Amino acid sequence: MNRYPLWKYATVVIALLIGLLYTLPNFFGESPAVQVSSAKATLKVDTQTLARVETTLNAAQVVNDGLFLDTVGVKVRLHDADTQLKARDLLEKEFNPDPENAQYVVALNLLSASPQWLTRLSALPMYLGLDLRGGVHFLLQVDMKGALTKRLDSLGADLRTLMRDKNIRHAGIAREGERVVLRFRDAETRDRARNALADAQPDLQLADQGEGEDLKLVATLKPQAVTRLQASALSQNMTTLHNRINELGVAEPVIQQQGADRIVVQLPGVQDTAKAKDILGRTATLEIRMVDDTAGALEAAQAGQVPFGTELYVERGGKPLLVKKQVMLTGERLTDAQPGFDNQTQEPSVHLTLDSAGARIFKDVTRDNVGKRMAILLIEKGKGEVVTAPVIRTEIGGGRVQISGRMSTVEANDTALLLRAGSLAAPMEIIEERTIGPSLGADNIKKGFDSTLWGFTAIAVFMIAYYMLFGAVSVVALATNLLFLIALLSMLQATLTLPGIAAIALTLGMAIDSNVLINERIREELRNGMTPAAAITTGYERAFGTILDSNVTTLIAGIALLIFGSGPIRGFAVVHCLGILTSLFSSVVVSRALVNLLYGGRRKIDSLAIGQVWKPQGSAAASPAAKSAAKVAAPVAATKAAPKQGAASPAAGKSGAINWGDSGGRGAAGKPDSGGKAK
Amino acid sequence: MEFFRIHKDIPFMRHALKFNIISLLTFVAAVFFLFWNGLNLSVEFTGGTLVEVNYTQTADLEKVRGALAKAGHGEVAVQNFGSSHDVLIRLPLKADEPTAKAGEAVMAALDADAPGATLRRVEFVGPQVGKELAENGAMALLLVVIGIVIYLAFRFEWRFSVAAIIANLHDVVIILGFFACFGWEFSLSVLAAVLAVLGYSVNESVVVFDRVRETFKKARGLSTPQVLDHAITRTISRTIITHGSTQMMVLSMLIFGGETLHNFALALTIGICFGIYSSVLVASPLVMWLGVSREQFVKPKRQIEGANEDGAVV
Repeated sequence: MNRYPLWKYATVVIALLIGLLYTLPNFFGESPAVQVSSAKATLKVDTQTLARVETTLNAAQVVNDGLFLDTVGVKVRLHDADTQLKARDLLEKEFNPDPENAQYVVALNLLSASPQWLTRLSALPMYLGLDLRGGVHFLLQVDMKGALTKRLDSLGADLRTLMRDKNIRHAGIAREGERVVLRFRDAETRDRARNALADAQPDLQLADQGEGEDLKLVATLKPQAVTRLQASALSQNMTTLHNRINELGVAEPVIQQQGADRIVVQLPGVQDTAKAKDILGRTATLEIRMVDDTAGALEAAQAGQVPFGTELYVERGGKPLLVKKQVMLTGERLTDAQPGFDNQTQEPSVHLTLDSAGARIFKDVTRDNVGKRMAILLIEKGKGEVVTAPVIRTEIGGGRVQISGRMSTVEANDTALLLRAGSLAAPMEIIEERTIGPSLGADNIKKGFDSTLWGFTAIAVFMIAYYMLFGAVSVVALATNLLFLIALLSMLQATLTLPGIAAIALTLGMAIDSNVLINERIREELRNGMTPAAAITTGYERAFGTILDSNVTTLIAGIALLIFGSGPIRGFAVVHCLGILTSLFSSVVVSRALVNLLYGGRRKIDSLAIGQVWKPQGSAAASPAAKSAAKVAAPVAATKAAPKQGAASPAAGKSGAINWGDSGGRGAAGKPDSGGKAK
Repeated sequence: MEFFRIHKDIPFMRHALKFNIISLLTFVAAVFFLFWNGLNLSVEFTGGTLVEVNYTQTADLEKVRGALAKAGHGEVAVQNFGSSHDVLIRLPLKADEPTAKAGEAVMAALDADAPGATLRRVEFVGPQVGKELAENGAMALLLVVIGIVIYLAFRFEWRFSVAAIIANLHDVVIILGFFACFGWEFSLSVLAAVLAVLGYSVNESVVVFDRVRETFKKARGLSTPQVLDHAITRTISRTIITHGSTQMMVLSMLIFGGETLHNFALALTIGICFGIYSSVLVASPLVMWLGVSREQFVKPKRQIEGANEDGAVV
């Protein structure tokens, strides 16, 4: 009766193997590495970079433990921390000859030291949270109101231009809070304006207000338009942050959206918060200037004599470019930049959208400079970089500019990104900051590990002492629970934090409940006179309902924490919920499989090694089966309890209602194969 | 080994009133302390800055306070954190300067007047985040309560769910009362512990209730208090062993977990101790007073047409 079909054993074994496989990478620890990634969106790290890294290291006779290319960049595994530093300095010198103008990020990193075949199975170690590895965590709030105001301001300017173009006489256009109000003197003009607006600005919601001489048309952004605006503001800010953080040389920065208007930035290993904050808060500007094409000027500049009122820049292709200092247009006038294709030639191109004031200036500039080149520069930290320098073919009006020719799709994408990344779409504010020193991180790991270890040991010692073999089975089940939990966390690549470790410990402490329930139930059934084999079956069966109930209530609490928790609480909740699920499997299925293996094969089981089962004497008389069980299972208990017999029996008999022997008959009636009936 | 050698059901229900009066008194005391002292909320809830620094030698707190006062940080709390080498500095939010500059200012001040400090951690929480966390905490508690009430009502009966949730919410209040009384810091991790323990001690009630239901179904002719006594007596061994095991783990956290896990483990300890008491000795009498009876569990026998008294159909 206590046998599992083969498939159940197979399931347990397979689950254990998978658990072991995915837990394994956590034991290998980490090896020092150096990572080379691109600092610029326009620069791609590819196999050539990989070859360059290899030759550089080989030339300096730095032995590496393997290098590879992934989505982030080139990673070189090194033997120890000293070689790591040496390699970093070498690569830094090779890839960034000019430290003022870094092209690549050369950063120290730690790579999992687990063997290749594990990595290929995507068995990776758990991802350690900042409180365990040290670093900086920022929560940034994007000022969406600011983004909206900015958009409405430029919209007001657009409307003014539109009214002028359509020859509609208005009595003033102004932004009032989150709406733009247009004033008119008569209803007819207002109608014309409304029609014109409906065509030109589909994003606007229009409403009439006022009467008599003071007629108003109130324009607000449609909710969809606001959502779109916020989404694009957020993604643009994130792109900008990405580009800036590259400068810090962080190996694995995390930049994530949180909620509708927040961005989480995590920089593992960074200690210098001041510099990080400075970089996060910096603004870059975009400038459009004219290129100086005067014959001989460029050569003079290259020779060292830069003509007055110009600056020498290097184009992306490496060609020098002489750019005038006078700024035609700044990035503030640029509302959007998107990659796309030319309507006629189908060449990849970048489409820019300027606001009305920008469009007017651009029209004037292009009219006067047909055939000449203009340069779009990204100025950051007072240093400029030429994003692109197209030739002006015709006069461009209307604020829609297309840059095309000699561009690949990738380049068009990069250029658009750079143009957009020029400045933050909306101001941001740091609303939460957490800096954890590296020593604290290591301390936290040790503390969390120690608590779990000693707690586990204490429980194991107690369980084995109290329940003997069944206690040992429970401990094994608890250990597999830990194995499954860690395997699951590694598989999901969930972030492990100190509260997460606390949750592992707590979950283990709570998971033992299931096994205690089972063991107590088996003892009780034995006490009630069941045969050992029947007691196992009934014990597991009866306990399961209770185990399920109690786990569900715990899970409800875990899920509530998961929904409403943030930051450290979330880590706790994730582990807690997963732990409850794994404990259901390990405490019921795995422990049952073990018990079945131990006892299921025997034809006749004399007793269970579940520790001493004490029996009050009153019950022995009540059920004949109990007598035999008492004889085999707990002779010591029976004799010990004997003196009390006289006191116990009459009491039991007097109450008549219920005594310790009552369920023996109950079990027998319910289970045809149980001890009570067989006798 | 067998710790619990109980001959017959312990008449818990005879003392039901006493248990409830004890727990009512504890509850009132907890509420009193909550109003009198209030909770010592951590930076996460109130907003503000927390700086932990480490000195290689024993830290001179007076010197640290002096250095900070000199730098214009008046309202700072400076205390040891875990060991005499570690110092925790708490700064309140300033209305005029809500940015995250305080951490650097503190380090600058310490470098000038109390040198030798290395930065261990800085936590800055803006006012809006703190408010949100408090709100989310309350929402989480509400969700747990509703979820558990619905589940128990669905699985057992409304009387059980009401009794269990009253008993366990009073645990929550008592934990909070302890934190208010002793001025222990109430942080996010303590909140997590409170909620986890809430789910955990409800499962204690579930185990007892499971037995109550089983006994009602199987044993006839017992009064409700007798059934409850029987159910509690039968599960008491498991209750104590389980909680003992969980407490061993929590104790290990209390001893080895350091300062960060200290309050978390403390909340769990109180929760576990009161959890046993309330889910067994408070919830069960409540169920009794709410009028639980055998009829609610035993479905009336269907009458088969033409059946004789023995139930056999001819």
